[in-house]
Amino acid sequence: MNAQTPLLKVEGVETYYGAIRALAGVDVEVHRGEIVCLIGANGAGKSTLMMTICGQPQARQGRILFDGEDITRVPTHLIARKRIAQSPEGRRIFPRMTVYENLQMGASLDNQTYFKEDVEKIFTLFPRLKERQAQRGGTLSGGEQQMLSIGRALMARPKLLLLDEPSLGLAPLIVKQIFEAIKLLNQQEGLTVFIVEQNAFAALKLSGRGYVMVNGKVSMEGPSKELLANPEVRAAYLEGGHH
Amino acid sequence: MTAAAQPPRIPSDDRLKWALREALFAGLISFGMFVLYVGLETTQNIRNQLVLNQRWGLLAILVAIAVVGRFLIVYFIGPWFAARKAAKAAKTEVPTQSLLRRNIGWIALLALLVFPMAMVWLVGPQKSLKWVDNYGVQILIYVMLAWGLNIVVGLAGLLDLGYVAFYAVGAYSYALLSLYFGLSFWTLLPLAGILAAFWGIILGFPVLRLRGDYLAVVTLAFGEIIRLVLINWTDVTQGTFGVSGVPKASIFGIWSFEVGADNNFAKAFGLRQSSAYYKIFLFYVILAMCAVTAVVTIRLRNMPIGRAWEALREDEIACRSLGINTVTTKLTAFSIGAMFGGFAGAFFAARQGFISPESFTFHESAIILAVVVLGGMGSLFGIAVAAIVMIGGTELLREMHFLKTIFGPDFTPELYRMLIFGLAMVIVMVLKPRGLVSVRNPTAFLHERKAVSSAFTKEGHG
Repeated sequence: MNAQTPLLKVEGVETYYGAIRALAGVDVEVHRGEIVCLIGANGAGKSTLMMTICGQPQARQGRILFDGEDITRVPTHLIARKRIAQSPEGRRIFPRMTVYENLQMGASLDNQTYFKEDVEKIFTLFPRLKERQAQRGGTLSGGEQQMLSIGRALMARPKLLLLDEPSLGLAPLIVKQIFEAIKLLNQQEGLTVFIVEQNAFAALKLSGRGYVMVNGKVSMEGPSKELLANPEVRAAYLEGGHH
Repeated sequence: MTAAAQPPRIPSDDRLKWALREALFAGLISFGMFVLYVGLETTQNIRNQLVLNQRWGLLAILVAIAVVGRFLIVYFIGPWFAARKAAKAAKTEVPTQSLLRRNIGWIALLALLVFPMAMVWLVGPQKSLKWVDNYGVQILIYVMLAWGLNIVVGLAGLLDLGYVAFYAVGAYSYALLSLYFGLSFWTLLPLAGILAAFWGIILGFPVLRLRGDYLAVVTLAFGEIIRLVLINWTDVTQGTFGVSGVPKASIFGIWSFEVGADNNFAKAFGLRQSSAYYKIFLFYVILAMCAVTAVVTIRLRNMPIGRAWEALREDEIACRSLGINTVTTKLTAFSIGAMFGGFAGAFFAARQGFISPESFTFHESAIILAVVVLGGMGSLFGIAVAAIVMIGGTELLREMHFLKTIFGPDFTPELYRMLIFGLAMVIVMVLKPRGLVSVRNPTAFLHERKAVSSAFTKEGHG
């Protein structure tokens, strides 16, 4: 593939829940090695876009291209096998399986070739997980669960990592830790990350480019620095809460 | 109620008062509940008239049990449990298991291997029948069924209320194919398993999108459909009359247990004719089948498919986002679970020699499920213990003649089977809400395997 092709290209995607239109023609591009964020208010359709990329639900209109290949109608588990990994909203770890088993589930697509190596990598990234590896996922704190959810996604050696609200319900210090880990992965390994966040300030700080979503449409896009400085964005998402 | 939640530190005067009050309430409630059910009894006399009997004595006994029981629970047992819980919580170190506990599985297997011989030696061949057949074989059938259902319910988390359908498919496959085509037990055993697995897939397809309650209802209906087909397809299955004269299993075709056969086992070895040999043979067959089930389950749990089942039980969406094909995962769980049901069914038909739709009612499904739940879902050892307690316990009720001296000569303990069954379930669920054995051994570990006690976690999403 030529380097100019975006890794992920969402073209005019419309998604419906029954008769309700949640996405009204969304265009998003994510290039290799980028961290791109998507910010917006509750119910803007951020998570729906994330789920639509994974084919759950599938888009009714428009196309989703991954590495130039149309994945709009591909079943979810096959999309995952193209190495799009997601840390879903609400983390969705396996509560009754141990931390180690959770990580192993993340690597279920691999033939265990890189398993040991990858586990060590994730334990270096999140030392807390190493301490808790024999514990059940459900007994972890929220922050640890988020680390586990990201770690599990990383075990699949993804080309694209989708993060849905990683800061949800976490203490600012933990959010900082997690975002630093993501930044590290991006800088050291060139991991491409598409992150959906309500915590607009932290997300814009982390990312290179950003999209702002309102009522199922992208209303603004540009380099994160510009969005941070933009008075409209500031008024809508940033005022009254610097973290 | 609140007995366990009450802190143990309250002064004993208050506790006594409180316990007395609780006991009084329990007495009133049980009086209200039982006065019409137990206190008054209606029977018909010879002229078909309704006669009202009053049974105040029995009612008084029941109410007294409730009062005294409640008092004991609140005053003694509740604080004792609370104290024990506190002591347990204070003790952080996980105790190392003793040699006996670590090797309990092997010890149990050894005991089972010598069990029939020991019984023959202890009580003679004729009397051993009861122990080997009514207890041994019957319990092991349920162990096998429960282990099969455990794959569907315990591992994959798909609540199946119609599991007995696969048991029926296996039983009828063996009975009909052996009667119509003269095929032997050892040919038909795998075939019965395959046919049941096939029906497992047929059930699996329409319920792929369902979970929880909805799945339970559809599987319940499926169990009933199979039973109704067996009743109404009279040309083949002979309906409610059942299939009789089902051939016995043979020792791999070399020796037979049919009385008239030339290669009769007893004749070949010059032994006295007795049905004990067949029962002992059956015992070892079902023991071997159980062992295969256990080994397969343990192996599968360590393989990707087994772990995918467990992950599916936890979170279906997360599974899909990790690239697991949930369709094949569910179907394999249904079909492998069904296959073991089919094996057990074929064995059941060979053992009984007679099968009818009566043996495959919802009641059976419920008992198998109860055994799985009581044993602690996913734990093979716990399920085996639960099967012994539940099935062996109900058999033991027949032996309890001393109950007649307490409740009068008309008292037939078997009739109270379900009541005791229910009581046992309530007790286990109150004391051990995750089943008898609620420790789950992780299948994946970095340095050493550590059992994870359920005490560390709560149900659901933490």
